[in-house]
Amino acid sequence: MSRSLMRLHSLRRSAYRQVGNLAKIVTDVVCPFCGTLCDDLEVALDDSGEKILEVYNACAIGATKFLHSQAEDRLTRPQMKQEDGSWKEVTYDEAAEYTAHMLVDAKKPLMYGWSSTSCSAQSVGSELGEEVGACMDNTATVCHGSTLIAVQDVGVPSATLGEIANRADRVVFWGCNPAHAHPRHMSRYSIFPRGFFTGKGSKSRKMVVVDPRRTDTAKMADIHLQLEQGRDYELLSAIRVAIRGEKLPETVAGIPAETIYEVADTLKSGRFSVIFFGMGVTHSLGKNHNIDIAISVTRDLNDYTKAAIIPMRGHYNVTGSGQVWGWQFGFPYCIDLSRGFARYNPGDSSSNDLLIRDEVDAAFVLGSDPGAHFPVGSVRKIAQLPSVCIDPHITPTSAVSKLHVPVAFVGVEVGGCAYRMDNVPIETRKVVEPPEGMLTDEEFLTMVLKRVKEIKGAA
Amino acid sequence: MPEIEINLISGRTIDQGVSMENGKEKLAYRNACGIIELDDVEFKKLGAYRNTNVRVTSEYGSVIVKAIQATQGPHPGLGWIPMGPWANAVVDPNTYSTGMPTFKGTPVKVEAAADEPVLDAIALITQECL
Repeated sequence: MSRSLMRLHSLRRSAYRQVGNLAKIVTDVVCPFCGTLCDDLEVALDDSGEKILEVYNACAIGATKFLHSQAEDRLTRPQMKQEDGSWKEVTYDEAAEYTAHMLVDAKKPLMYGWSSTSCSAQSVGSELGEEVGACMDNTATVCHGSTLIAVQDVGVPSATLGEIANRADRVVFWGCNPAHAHPRHMSRYSIFPRGFFTGKGSKSRKMVVVDPRRTDTAKMADIHLQLEQGRDYELLSAIRVAIRGEKLPETVAGIPAETIYEVADTLKSGRFSVIFFGMGVTHSLGKNHNIDIAISVTRDLNDYTKAAIIPMRGHYNVTGSGQVWGWQFGFPYCIDLSRGFARYNPGDSSSNDLLIRDEVDAAFVLGSDPGAHFPVGSVRKIAQLPSVCIDPHITPTSAVSKLHVPVAFVGVEVGGCAYRMDNVPIETRKVVEPPEGMLTDEEFLTMVLKRVKEIKGAA
Repeated sequence: MPEIEINLISGRTIDQGVSMENGKEKLAYRNACGIIELDDVEFKKLGAYRNTNVRVTSEYGSVIVKAIQATQGPHPGLGWIPMGPWANAVVDPNTYSTGMPTFKGTPVKVEAAADEPVLDAIALITQECL
């Protein structure tokens, strides 16, 4: 019996010890936290099958998400903010009524988020957005939006994570820190797995990390390029020069020329090189141009070997949101439907620009937390507008919104399709029932859509 | 009091992720994200002990966080606040027509503010926005 199988059996035994012979273990559960979308979780339930006792195989963040869904202090009914700042419980019908009127009354509502929910809920949201002429945007707007622009500009040579696990022997993490942000990425796909052509696991791979900090990922690397922050474009450009064997200045972005030549040779000499990149490049000045040139490095490497580039997507279904809108509207984010057809112009139709310029008159947030993750100037604008926050958790967004609608956790209390960071769709699983009487995102959106159609029909 | 100038970046940490999923209204989230990580050399320039509360100020805002020793360093010239409302109180919101705020690379000033409290996420966002 292999070591992993033995471990699995011991885990199962321990679960049985805790909960007796009637314990139920749900297998092949998909983790609804990050874009790695791990699909090998096992969740132990109590005798009744209603309470989660343990989560196996997940990272600390994924396990916490499952366990927090069981919190005693969880909100289970919508809350409306009163004039004195206190919260009053309302029914889902009243919440749908408020939301529908808010959207219909607004000239140009912002409907933001969509990354922590299923593709079918996103699709109902799209119909709702079209009906009320909304600006639809997802979390890519503060995450990999720069990447989407770059891909539209120059294309992308990519691969699935299965290809990486089986083939990649040169792995670059540029401006990302999977040890913290995608904790199981390296063990499932990129560094440690023993694949078909990578039989020695991490020993068959060279790992390069580019980061201005000595991150926990960088500490594992064969080569760490600790570049000057914000000099990614220069360094990527220098790697293109080195790949061609041309002359470099003594240092670029704080990295000595000989190290840059060494990295270029390492990447060229592999059988399959892959660049994973994250917020270090998409958030720094240069934005989409940093990605343009990273893609160009990948294209250059394909003259010598096989090479691919993959963004480290954050929310578990931000990729799915881009996919759904891609086939429904033709654009992955920053979609302005206010003229009755889809327009796309990041910088103009993007959430932060719309909010800062006072161009939207209502804010609808689902499956995201701009209150915590937008610059505070944008959050101030949300706080001044009629606003609805649809989220299982209490968040800074719900705190500044007029209405908070808690819903069931997708991937825990309701299934649904999500797209992994490499654009592979995976059906998430329902593990337990939501608290009695709670609606899912999709059910609440369907209620609001029905009510919007009624109001508009009557008008 | 001495004041240092530093280049601020932000991003995810495992503690940020775990505490976020445990509830952003809880103190654990504040303890994970209401911090700034600095190199030892910066503490010397600042004239403050580790784990002292500091005021971080940029052109765009100001926030109180606890200064701690860099956990993933050294990173000369850089300060690190995990992503969350504390970092976003001071980051550069300019998108330069790309839609993407400039979350990384905001010049900030840091000064000791030992007697001022680090607010929890809900109190901070309420103070800033309502």
